[in-house]
Amino acid sequence: MAGPKYPGFDTLALHAGQSPDPTTGSRAVPIYQTTSYVFRDTEHAASLFNMERAGHVYSRISNPTVAVLEERIAALEGGVGAIATASGQAALHLAVATLMGAGSHIVSSGSLYGGSHNLLGYTLRRFGIEVTFINPRDPSDWKKAVRENTRLFFGETLGNPGIDVLNIPAIAEIAHAAKVPLLVDATFTTPFLMRPFELGADLLYHSATKFLGGHGVAIGGVLVDSGRFDWEASGKFETLTAPYAGFHNMDFEEESGTRAFLLRARREGLRDFGACMAPMTAFQILQGVETLHLRMPRHVENTRKVVAFLSSHSSVEKVLYPELQSHPDHELCRKLLPNGAGAVFSFDIKGGRAAGKAFIESLRVFSHLANVGDAKSLVIHPATTTHYRMSDADLKKSGIGPGTIRLSVGLEDAQDLIDDLERALKAASRG
Amino acid sequence: MDFVVEGRKAFAYTAAHALDAKQPTLVFVHGAGLDHSVFGLQSRYFGYHGWNVLALDLPGHGRSAGPPVASVGGMADWIFSVLDSLKVAKASLVGHSMGSLISVECAARRPARVERIALLAVGYPMKVNEAFLDAARRNDPAAYDMETIWGHAAQVPLGGDPSPGMWMYGDALARLRRLAPGVLYSDLKACNDYRFEGNVSCPALFVLGKRDVMTPPRTAAELQGRIPNAKSVLLAPSGHAPMAEAPDATLDALIAFFRA
Repeated sequence: MAGPKYPGFDTLALHAGQSPDPTTGSRAVPIYQTTSYVFRDTEHAASLFNMERAGHVYSRISNPTVAVLEERIAALEGGVGAIATASGQAALHLAVATLMGAGSHIVSSGSLYGGSHNLLGYTLRRFGIEVTFINPRDPSDWKKAVRENTRLFFGETLGNPGIDVLNIPAIAEIAHAAKVPLLVDATFTTPFLMRPFELGADLLYHSATKFLGGHGVAIGGVLVDSGRFDWEASGKFETLTAPYAGFHNMDFEEESGTRAFLLRARREGLRDFGACMAPMTAFQILQGVETLHLRMPRHVENTRKVVAFLSSHSSVEKVLYPELQSHPDHELCRKLLPNGAGAVFSFDIKGGRAAGKAFIESLRVFSHLANVGDAKSLVIHPATTTHYRMSDADLKKSGIGPGTIRLSVGLEDAQDLIDDLERALKAASRG
Repeated sequence: MDFVVEGRKAFAYTAAHALDAKQPTLVFVHGAGLDHSVFGLQSRYFGYHGWNVLALDLPGHGRSAGPPVASVGGMADWIFSVLDSLKVAKASLVGHSMGSLISVECAARRPARVERIALLAVGYPMKVNEAFLDAARRNDPAAYDMETIWGHAAQVPLGGDPSPGMWMYGDALARLRRLAPGVLYSDLKACNDYRFEGNVSCPALFVLGKRDVMTPPRTAAELQGRIPNAKSVLLAPSGHAPMAEAPDATLDALIAFFRA
C-alpha cells in the first residue's frame, strides 16, 4: 500500500499558511494593515496574553498577513515554524539574542556577507559576545575553535565572496558533539536549491529581500527553527530551559520542546527588540514566494550560461562558481546542490581596479548596486565600492582581488546578458 | 515537574504552579508517540484557572524515562501510580487518541478516583492501519509521515495554523523524530490490541473532529453507546489533532464540561 503523500514544493509555495479568508472569501492573502485586534471580552484578552489561546494581540508580536509568510517559509523549509523580521540582519540578531547573552561565544565561518561580519565581529563584541572566525572549508578549524562558552555555530550555505559551499553535514556533526546548534544563512540557496534541515542544520534564516521576494521592492528576513535541537539535553541554553521572570516564569522548553526557541524569540525577541515585519512587506514577499519554484531554475539556467561565457573569455582571470571543476567545493556542490549553485558568483577581470571600474561603467543591462537576488541582473565591484578603503593586500585576505566583480544573474534573456558582459569586457580591456 | 514513579523518572507539566490540595486536579494524557506539549494551550488555561494540572509525559515519551508501557491497561495503572506518588486522591482526565483509551480504562478500573473524563479524537476499537503498524514496527520514518499526515485534517498543510507562524506538520514531525526506536510501535500496538471490557459511570465528554481520518466520528459510536453519561461535541474544521487544529473550540468544550 502506498503511504500518504505530502504536498509538493510548488503547491506549498502557493498555498501553505493560508486558507481563503473566512470573512470575505478573498483568495489572495489579505493585507491586515492593523496594529491591534479587538478582544471578545476581558477573559479572552487575558487568555491571549497568557498564551492560553492562539491568536493575535499586537502586530509587533504577530499579524495575520505576516503569519502566512512565516508558515509558508516554515513549510518550504520543513521547519516547525518561523518568525518574519524587519530584515535578514534582524533575523540573525534575533537568533543570537534568543540563544545567549554576555559571556557567550560563537564559532563562525569567515566567509560571510559584510553586514553579518559587522554584527558578529564588531557590534556583538560590545555586548559581551565573542566570535571566532574560522576557515569554513576545514572541519578541524570548527572543532578547534569550540570553547566551554560556545553557544552557536554559524555559516552561509554559499559563503561570500568565494561562494564556498558549507559542508553542513560535517559541520552539524561537530556542532552537535559540542552540544550547540548550527545556524545557517540560506539566502543564496533558498529552499528550492537546498533544504538545510535535511542536511543537519538546526536553525536557518533568509534575507527575504533577495530571492524569496525576487522583485527588489521590500526588505525583510525570516528565521526558521527545525525543532530538532534538544535544548534540555544540551544543558547550555538557560534562556530556553530555565524559568523566565519576564514571562510568568515560563520555562520555554518545558512548555514545548519543539517550539521553545520560537516561543522565546517571539515572546521576548519581537516584544523587546521589536524588529518585526510590516504586513505590507509580508504581502510583497509572498508575491515572490509564489513563483520561487519557477524563478530559481531560470536563475540557475542563466547563471550557467553566463559562467560558461566568462570562463572562456580572454579578459577574465578566473571565475568562482561551485559548479566549475576548478572551484574548491566542486564535489561538495554536486552532493549538496544538485539543482544548482545559485545565481550569485564572482569573477576576476584582468587589469585590476581600473579594468573593474571601466567594466562596470560600460554595462547597460546589469544594474550597479549593492544587492543580490533580484529578478534583474546586478553587479558590484567590491574594490571600488563596498571595500574601497582596503589596500590590495587586505582585499586579498578577504578573498577579494582588485579586479573581482560580483554578479547576481537575473531572469533576462541570457544572450542579452552575455552581450552586455562582452561589450563591457571589451571596454575594460581597452583601458 | 520531575518526580519518580515506580522507580523511574517521570515528568508532568503543571503550568508553573505547585499542586494545591484545595484545588481539583486535571490530568492530561497524550496520544501515541506524542508528549505533554500537545495540550499546551488547554493545559495552560486550566493551570491558571483554579485547577491543578498534570500534563503527563507517559513512560518513554518527552521527559519521562522509558521504556514505554506496552498496554492501555498498563498505562492506566501507571496513571494511578502517578496520582499515588503525588498524593492526589481523585482527578478528572483529558485524553487524546490513545490517551482517551487510557482515560476510559482509568474510569473503568478505579471509578472512585476518576471524576470526569474528556475524550478527544477517540474511536473504538482503535484498529491501526496495517501498513502504519508495520512501518512503526520496522522503525521506518514512513511511520512518522503517516502519523503526521493522517493525524491532521487534509487541509492542514495548506491552511493556516491557528498559532501564528507555526507549521503543524513540521511540529508533529519534529516531535516524532525525538522518539526512541520502538516507542511509536509500542503505542500503536497498545491501541490496536485494546479491548474495553469494563463500565464507565462518570460523566464523559467526546470531542470529535469532523475531518478526522484516523478515528472518524462514526468510530466513536460504540464507545458512546457504552458510556451512559456522555455528551459529544463535533468540531467541523478539525481532524485528529483538535488541540492544535481547533484550539479555541476544544478549550471551550473542555471549559463547559469541567465547569458544569
